[in-house]
Amino acid sequence: MTLKEKQDQIIDDFSMYEEWLDKYEYLIELGKALEGFPEEKKTGDRLIKGCQSRVWLDTELCDGKLFFTADSDAIITKGIISLLISVYSGRTPAEILADDFSFLDTLGLKENLSPTRANGLLSMIETIRQKAAENE
Amino acid sequence: MSDTLLIRQDFPQLARTVYGKPLVYLDNAATSLRPHSVIARWIRSAERQTANLHRAVHRTAVEATDAYELARDAVRAFINAPEREEVIFTSGATHSINLAAFGIGEAFISAGDEIIVGEAEHHSNLVPWQMMCARKGARLVKLPVADSGELRTDLLPGLIGPQTKLVCVAHISNVLGLVNPVREVAEVCREHGVMLLVDGAQGVVHQPVDVQALGCDFYAFSGHKMYCAPGTGVLWGRRGLLEQMPPMFGGGEMIDTVRWEGSTWAPLPRKFEAGTQDISAVPCWVPAIEIQRQMAQPDDVRDYVYNALIGIPGLQLYGTTDDLSKKAPLFSFTVQGAHHEDLALILDKMGIAVRSGQMCAEPLMDRFGVTGMLRASFAPYNTMQEAEFFVSSLHKAVEMLR
Repeated sequence: MTLKEKQDQIIDDFSMYEEWLDKYEYLIELGKALEGFPEEKKTGDRLIKGCQSRVWLDTELCDGKLFFTADSDAIITKGIISLLISVYSGRTPAEILADDFSFLDTLGLKENLSPTRANGLLSMIETIRQKAAENE
Repeated sequence: MSDTLLIRQDFPQLARTVYGKPLVYLDNAATSLRPHSVIARWIRSAERQTANLHRAVHRTAVEATDAYELARDAVRAFINAPEREEVIFTSGATHSINLAAFGIGEAFISAGDEIIVGEAEHHSNLVPWQMMCARKGARLVKLPVADSGELRTDLLPGLIGPQTKLVCVAHISNVLGLVNPVREVAEVCREHGVMLLVDGAQGVVHQPVDVQALGCDFYAFSGHKMYCAPGTGVLWGRRGLLEQMPPMFGGGEMIDTVRWEGSTWAPLPRKFEAGTQDISAVPCWVPAIEIQRQMAQPDDVRDYVYNALIGIPGLQLYGTTDDLSKKAPLFSFTVQGAHHEDLALILDKMGIAVRSGQMCAEPLMDRFGVTGMLRASFAPYNTMQEAEFFVSSLHKAVEMLR
């Protein structure tokens, strides 16, 4: 599945939920399902600033592709991270840099989450883009 | 119609909805809502009385000056200050405390002196003292809180030493919601010849304040937490102290004479009110004080929320007491297995506005070993129905997360 196809699939999944609380239920499920991030990787250099909750993001380059793993102490944030990982992990830096990340706007996550959260989300995206730029 | 329902009609924002649900505003400790009377006064200033204060002789300037000075009289009476000139208008409690910290530092503090600050203080009553200590080579000493959140005033006499010049505590902590025994603290300070500054940002909201009866030397508070226009604040201080303190800002009406060789300062209060004042907002103190006096916080809402919260399994309430008359209707807590940010986001989508995070009190978060808390803070316009809806919604949110 291409990056764009994956985004469309998420937008499709998300549109099933009309109520915000149902969308949160969905994100909470995703958050709970996100695989364990090793405690020893929860270090200051992996911590993303700008979140009310703490978010750790780890990046690995393998065969020219970037793989992201992440964790958060807040579950809704973790659900959003899970979405981001499912879209961007396993892609080449060029694929990531070519994307404008506007699918998050389509999901309504950027504008409907609290301002501090939106900042955290932007920081997360910024970090993913930065890692892609470093490894291009 | 009940008193609360009548009061609610005075606050237009209570009629709005969020996400198609009625807004339940429980973030009053951060910023209260404003009544029609305050909004109307604000608009009247802007529409009819815009002019610079004090110096011009024209009609609108005289009216604007009168309105501004009338607000000073109202605030003086509100806190029972001995003199109107001791009431300094600022942009908020943070500005007030910074102004005090600068002036006190320059006038009274030398290298090696000590300043005692409460452990539960808002950053605005901590950081200005850290800055002042760094500037003057003074030392900051912590007055701890107990696990219950109660201020350990019993430790105060032992902490005061020969170098101690000042004690700074909140009247009511913005996180713990407990009324600190300021009178007792003031007595200890007086016995030892130490100054006392009280951060009254939460204190003025929930109870009548009499600075003379409290026995403090400085009292700082904001307007935006007590129904007044945002960008308003007050520093009250004893004349004898204020007169010795240099101003922090220069320019505008704060001068007496200006020569190339140097300048001299205007008498109180103008010495501390540099620049053009907030001519539209300050007159709003009059209707804000009026409505604050009219509204009484119903104890039953506070008691209900307190007891409901401590009854929730896994919920840790910070700021507990056997005597609920000492507790403001302000509740900060954490819930096991539910992050404060998640709870706040879910409650928001139910229409409930609460605060989450570190509440401008990072050292206190460290003290309790948490990264943040959730805070629900009530005003007299919040109904019992809203309180019940908050508690049931909290249950639902916790369920969703566990």
